[in-house]
Amino acid sequence: MYKIVRKEVLNSQVKLLEIEAPYVARKAEPGQFIILRVDEDGERIPFTIADYDREKGTVTIIFQEVGATTIRLGKMTEGDNLADFVGPLGVASHFEDVKKAAVIGGGLGVAIAYPQAKKLHSMGVSVDFIAGFRNKEILFLEKEMTAVSDRLFITTDDGSYGTKGFVSDVLKKLLDEGNEYDVVIAIGPPIMMKVVSEVTRPYGIKTIVSLNPIMIDGTGMCGGCRVTVGGETKFACVDGPDFDGHQVDFNELIRRLSMYKRDEKAAIERHQCRLEGKTNA
Amino acid sequence: MPNMSLKKVSMPEQDPEVRNKNFEEVALGYTEEMAIEEAQRCLNCKHKPCVAGCPVNVQIPEFITLITEGKFEEAYDKILETNSLPAVCGRVCPQETQCEERCVRAIKGESVAIGRLERFAADWAINNAKRDYEKVPSNGKKVAVIGSGPAGLACAGDLVKLGYEITIFEAFHLAGGVLVYGIPEFRLPKSLVQKEIDVLLEQGVKIQTNMVIGKVLTIDELFEEGFDAVFIGSGAGLPTFMNIPGENLNGVYSANEFLTRINLMKAYKEGAETPIKHGNAIAVVGGGNVAMDAARCAKRLGAEKVYIIYRRSEAEMPARLEEIHHAKEEGIIFKVLTNPTRILGDDEGWVKGIECVEMELGEADASGRRRPIAKEGSEHVIDVDTVIMSIGTSPNPLIRSTTPDLSTNKWGCIVADEETGQTSKEGVFAGGDAVTGAATVILAMGAGKKAAAAIDEYIKNKE
Repeated sequence: MYKIVRKEVLNSQVKLLEIEAPYVARKAEPGQFIILRVDEDGERIPFTIADYDREKGTVTIIFQEVGATTIRLGKMTEGDNLADFVGPLGVASHFEDVKKAAVIGGGLGVAIAYPQAKKLHSMGVSVDFIAGFRNKEILFLEKEMTAVSDRLFITTDDGSYGTKGFVSDVLKKLLDEGNEYDVVIAIGPPIMMKVVSEVTRPYGIKTIVSLNPIMIDGTGMCGGCRVTVGGETKFACVDGPDFDGHQVDFNELIRRLSMYKRDEKAAIERHQCRLEGKTNA
Repeated sequence: MPNMSLKKVSMPEQDPEVRNKNFEEVALGYTEEMAIEEAQRCLNCKHKPCVAGCPVNVQIPEFITLITEGKFEEAYDKILETNSLPAVCGRVCPQETQCEERCVRAIKGESVAIGRLERFAADWAINNAKRDYEKVPSNGKKVAVIGSGPAGLACAGDLVKLGYEITIFEAFHLAGGVLVYGIPEFRLPKSLVQKEIDVLLEQGVKIQTNMVIGKVLTIDELFEEGFDAVFIGSGAGLPTFMNIPGENLNGVYSANEFLTRINLMKAYKEGAETPIKHGNAIAVVGGGNVAMDAARCAKRLGAEKVYIIYRRSEAEMPARLEEIHHAKEEGIIFKVLTNPTRILGDDEGWVKGIECVEMELGEADASGRRRPIAKEGSEHVIDVDTVIMSIGTSPNPLIRSTTPDLSTNKWGCIVADEETGQTSKEGVFAGGDAVTGAATVILAMGAGKKAAAAIDEYIKNKE
């Protein structure tokens, strides 16, 4: 069993859990992910590692309540135990010869972009952090982002905080103003990573994206996480999850992510029924 | 007097039209009377040709004799002496090419139903006998076993009896390897697998789930943690695809993914959290046991049409005859001498058909099977909404990529001595599909046992 030692509510939909998993904490690196099951009948769901503490033996995940499992996860409290927690999986991010980086997070992706910025910052890399949210209400980690970046740019879709617009607009502006980056790291919804990759393509800036396809085992066994990168099929779980954004077939990724949309909806409805004590008529 | 009937006592089965709609076991097993009647067909040959055909040397005439005497629990104990998974082996071993093939009774008539009798003894003991397993006192030596599939379980089972402290590291949340994620419930009930694993736990074997060796710990770190030897039985878990256009369309599965969703994650159950696509017309590409399993699962999920698409003829199919027979009975449609060339998708990227060519058989190839050759202009489309690729698996690279001094061959299989399982790295032994590539449960168990003996030797000699 894997104990939840800390829970934070970051906004109405996004929560943070710090979980006791000493073996995982010992090896975890930014860019890697874990797979957990809430309980004995639970599905296996991957989460990118948001933080880790080797001394305390804990790993932190940040998630949005979008499906039956994440809603259930959100109901758990400090002291509760998760049935399963396996990792670290995937290849850790590599930053070599980087002096100046733009780290971009969109929505929940900010939670995963943050440890990347933190790592780069600790290596002495100059970091411009661009974080995008739908609105001010769901903004999170502002203090933390400030601490690990040279400049922080926040955007909201509705202009309720920071710059109105998308992260890609800010990046475009920075590039047009003559800012140069050795690498751009973009983490967020596939469509945002796609747009960012298109912004950097003409500039020839190396752009790393972190993909989140559907998977079961996370060790290369199911092949469900197939993504096309540079015309070749890769398994995101063992070859990624980081890939060159200029090579990724985002349309295929988005399509494959929709594979169980209907099942997810049904699962949430079932879950709501249970919560509210309704029975199927 | 032995029972001289030329035929095996037949084993009751669920009716095909009933069973192809449920996930309960197909074969129902012998009653006590049937078992004794069948056991009496054994001639108790002095030279025991059957035992020589068994990769784990089950003392076959001895356990069968005990069945004739009604000593069912003793029969089970006799099997357990050399085989830690009798209920599993009685169901999934290809007896027809092993023990039963060598049975003297098979010279004229059918062999003794050794597999069915093994299954009977195991089921009887599991259901009727309250058993306590004693822990052998520890000899203070620790062995790490990577993978809890047939190879790892067999290795652990033998070593724990010799007093070794065994820890099995399993990547999934549940022990059993291919026995729980791959082989379907209707061929091998998961509760039985669990019961046979429980016996090992009672004998003192420890199992740590959620441990992906190669990621969370390397082999070298296992030695640093105080293990005296390591056995790698990590299987062949990496699915192969055909590399034809359309393989990444929505609705294309590897057999591994399809079967794991169903068997390990119970996606076939109403209200299961893990989803699976319930197709209406499904193409399973491949002709092995895994392809038969996938096809029969697909049928049980409610598919109207399930096709097996195989590029050679039925005679070359690697699946057991029994599996092919069962699949046909259940209404699986066989399209042999047929090879996919691409998968077709609709406007939204979902599978809508599979384009195939007809094949004919030419000269024999290196494997001794006649090489299939495409007939020109024979392209045709089979309308399906789901495709399951079941054309083989290869060993997972996670361990070899983090263990530089472990030699592997060009297929990624670990190089290990056939008799001992010794690898290129001192103190590291390997066996099962990780060494041979995809093979059978029983061959993996045999390799696990040989490695156990070699590990015992190795540790004793080191002192």
